Amino acid sequence: MNVTPYIFWFLSVWALFSALMMVTSRNPVYSVLWLISTFFAISGHYILLNAQFLAVVNIIVYAGAIMVLFLFVIMLMNLNKETEPQKNRWLKLVGALAGGCLLLVLVAALKDAELKSQQAMVGAGSIGLIKVLGKELFTRYVVPFEISSLLFLSAMVGAAVIGKKEITHQNS
Amino acid sequence: MNMLAIDIWFIIEKVALIATIIGLSFFIAMYTTYAERKVAAWLQDRRGPNRAGPFGLFQPLADGGKLFFKEEIIPLTSNRFLFILGPALAMITALITSTVIPWGASYVDGTTNIALQVADVDMGILVVFGIVSVGVYGIMIGGWSSNNKFSLMAAIRGASQMVSYELPMGLALIAVLLMTGSLKMSAIVSHQIEHGWHIFYQPLGFIIFFVCALAECNRTPFDLPEAENELNFGYHQEYSSMKLGFYLFAEYINMFISSAVMATLYFGGYDIPFVNESTWGLSPLLFSAMSFAVLMAKVLFFLFVFIWIRWTIPRFRYDQLMNLGWKKLIPLALVNMLLTAALTLWLNN
Repeated sequence: MNVTPYIFWFLSVWALFSALMMVTSRNPVYSVLWLISTFFAISGHYILLNAQFLAVVNIIVYAGAIMVLFLFVIMLMNLNKETEPQKNRWLKLVGALAGGCLLLVLVAALKDAELKSQQAMVGAGSIGLIKVLGKELFTRYVVPFEISSLLFLSAMVGAAVIGKKEITHQNS
Repeated sequence: MNMLAIDIWFIIEKVALIATIIGLSFFIAMYTTYAERKVAAWLQDRRGPNRAGPFGLFQPLADGGKLFFKEEIIPLTSNRFLFILGPALAMITALITSTVIPWGASYVDGTTNIALQVADVDMGILVVFGIVSVGVYGIMIGGWSSNNKFSLMAAIRGASQMVSYELPMGLALIAVLLMTGSLKMSAIVSHQIEHGWHIFYQPLGFIIFFVCALAECNRTPFDLPEAENELNFGYHQEYSSMKLGFYLFAEYINMFISSAVMATLYFGGYDIPFVNESTWGLSPLLFSAMSFAVLMAKVLFFLFVFIWIRWTIPRFRYDQLMNLGWKKLIPLALVNMLLTAALTLWLNN
């Protein structure tokens, strides 16, 4: 008996349910918590594919660091139902339109994808392990890797510059 | 690799191991509270708890009983579900971390090979980091859902402190991983058994790691989230009964686990120093038991150091804490990492 399909369905239902709850929750703090739950479900999917590094890093970076900052901001802003700004009806319409466009693009991109030859290996393969991943990143993909790290550096410098500006403004 | 096929003996073995480790965590955490008060008394020239049982040994049981029977109060303005979720999360994250720690040498007898480790995953130490980084939510959710400004301030302090100190901790860890070349906890221990303990190669890395571990466990001198003279009581101010007990207990379990992690990463895990115990020809059971006892001795020593520091060093100010983390520990850890990387490259060529 193989339990992998059951785990897959469980994780999929979990991820979709959490994602739906994240979007539909009234309380923004609940939204953040549901999003964290979604990240955990996705990490479970990574583990099913034996991409252990991706799974753990997803939890450390997204669930453990980025969402903490989200939660910080939302908790301090103290958003309540009473203070929730009234949303413009046109804004909602435009949002739905934009979401529909994204769906269209995704469907169009995936329509011709060959599912049979691209099927993922479940619980097998070593591509997700840190040794293989590191070698690939630093040999074959070293240039894109370095470029993306430059991108991060520029974002960091930008954040530092914006933060500094605030301080000098207050002092003057 | 069909790791998901069900093997009933495998599951029984692991469940027994998990139950033992959780029971052990609770037991050690219980008696760490006793040790905390005894050591505090010793350092302050007092007697400490000495009424319940011989030498006050039943004091933790009395405390636990008291917490269980206290009135359970959930503030009306609080967010009920999250209020209960907070301490539960704190406890769960504290307990899960023990899964990847090797608690002793494997029991090898003929064909049976029982590893004293719940899961020896390829990611090893990164799993610990992942769970520790999630551990912030217990504090944040508890503090926010109490609907109390002091609790919220404490929760924000705790979270920012933990996020800040994870960085130098990770950087100090990278130096260790550069030496071992593997993230597996078992590989880290066996590397130390062969080449000597990491503390001799990574003294600076260990100091950084230790300081960060103090901050991650919210221990003095970094117990800003529980600074009672600034925040009344801290993030668990509105909690009573066993929910408060869970928060306090989770802190002691975190101390226990981080002591075990430090012993594993820098002090050779279950290795006995200066001798090669595998040549003594001990029976497999005795061998495993002895390695476990050695690890426990190291863990108890670290627990003592945690307590010792608490009753010796006064609390930092909040800006001092942030300065230490971001302006001193991170550059130090980066230099340590670069030096280790350069030396490893040089020696390996």
